[in-house]
Amino acid sequence: MRLQISTRLAIFAVLELAAREGRQLSVAEIGEKYGVSSHHLAKVMHVMGRAGLVRSVRGAGGGYQFAGNARRTTLLDVAQLFEDLSSVEQDTGVVDATPEGQALREVLNEIDDIARATLGSITIATMRKLVDRRDTSGGRRSKAGMSRRRNQPRL
Amino acid sequence: MVNALAMDKDAGATKTDTAVRVRRVQAADIPQVIALDTRVTKLAKAGYWNDVFRRYGKQRLHERFFLVAENRMDRADPHVLGFIIGETRAWEFGSTPCGWVFALSVEPEGRLHGIGSALLEAISGEFKKVGVSKMRTMVARDARLPMLFFRSEGMMAGPYIQLEKNLD
Repeated sequence: MRLQISTRLAIFAVLELAAREGRQLSVAEIGEKYGVSSHHLAKVMHVMGRAGLVRSVRGAGGGYQFAGNARRTTLLDVAQLFEDLSSVEQDTGVVDATPEGQALREVLNEIDDIARATLGSITIATMRKLVDRRDTSGGRRSKAGMSRRRNQPRL
Repeated sequence: MVNALAMDKDAGATKTDTAVRVRRVQAADIPQVIALDTRVTKLAKAGYWNDVFRRYGKQRLHERFFLVAENRMDRADPHVLGFIIGETRAWEFGSTPCGWVFALSVEPEGRLHGIGSALLEAISGEFKKVGVSKMRTMVARDARLPMLFFRSEGMMAGPYIQLEKNLD
């Protein structure tokens, strides 16, 4: 399954913010770690702000804070702000009307259902555990906790 | 008399907000197990639980584990806060045996206090003692609460896909 860059950025941003409960991070700080422009990330944060997942903090040292419940907010909650994850019949005309097309649609819907169920079963808190497990086994966070690791691919 | 399996989770590695002891089920616990399951599922299944107790609380105890979490805040009146049931199974289609969890329930008012984690950790320990290296379970995709719980405990999708068909 491939997620759009906006979706991946949104998940990364939420993970960063959820790891710093009660503290804010600027768009520039998050963007620096993942090698993305503040402009793109700002759009992503705006969408999440409207959905109530993050809140902006104004003023000097301002930025964003996580506004959700990390033990209840799932990857699906974040992803569906940016992706159409429904199993809507694709309009392929006569092809889907054939028994072959319908059979293929049934299989593809099964894949979509599993993908949704998987995203819906992983909370931000669970993702933090997965991240921390890799952090522990693959090297500690930098002192600031935000520096991009060497060899980490840019988006 | 508590079975030798009994372990004090209030002194163990799993942190619970409540003083909880995880031990093997006893006959006297079954009415509380039935009552808890009835509160959670809204279905009274006394016959089912008595049968499960006969099979998992009395037989083949070296590979079957019916554990309860007991509240120890009131030592004069301890009561069951949750339970977990599992067994080691020679897994299907030639796979090596694994620990299989098929029931887990926690008192609704006692949730988010580490009781489920204590139960899962306890049965994990029993599975390890038996010598299996994997623990598995099966949860409906839309069963949000157990799914989130098992995921939070580090359980990931395994190499099997559950299949079914209508028999009509």
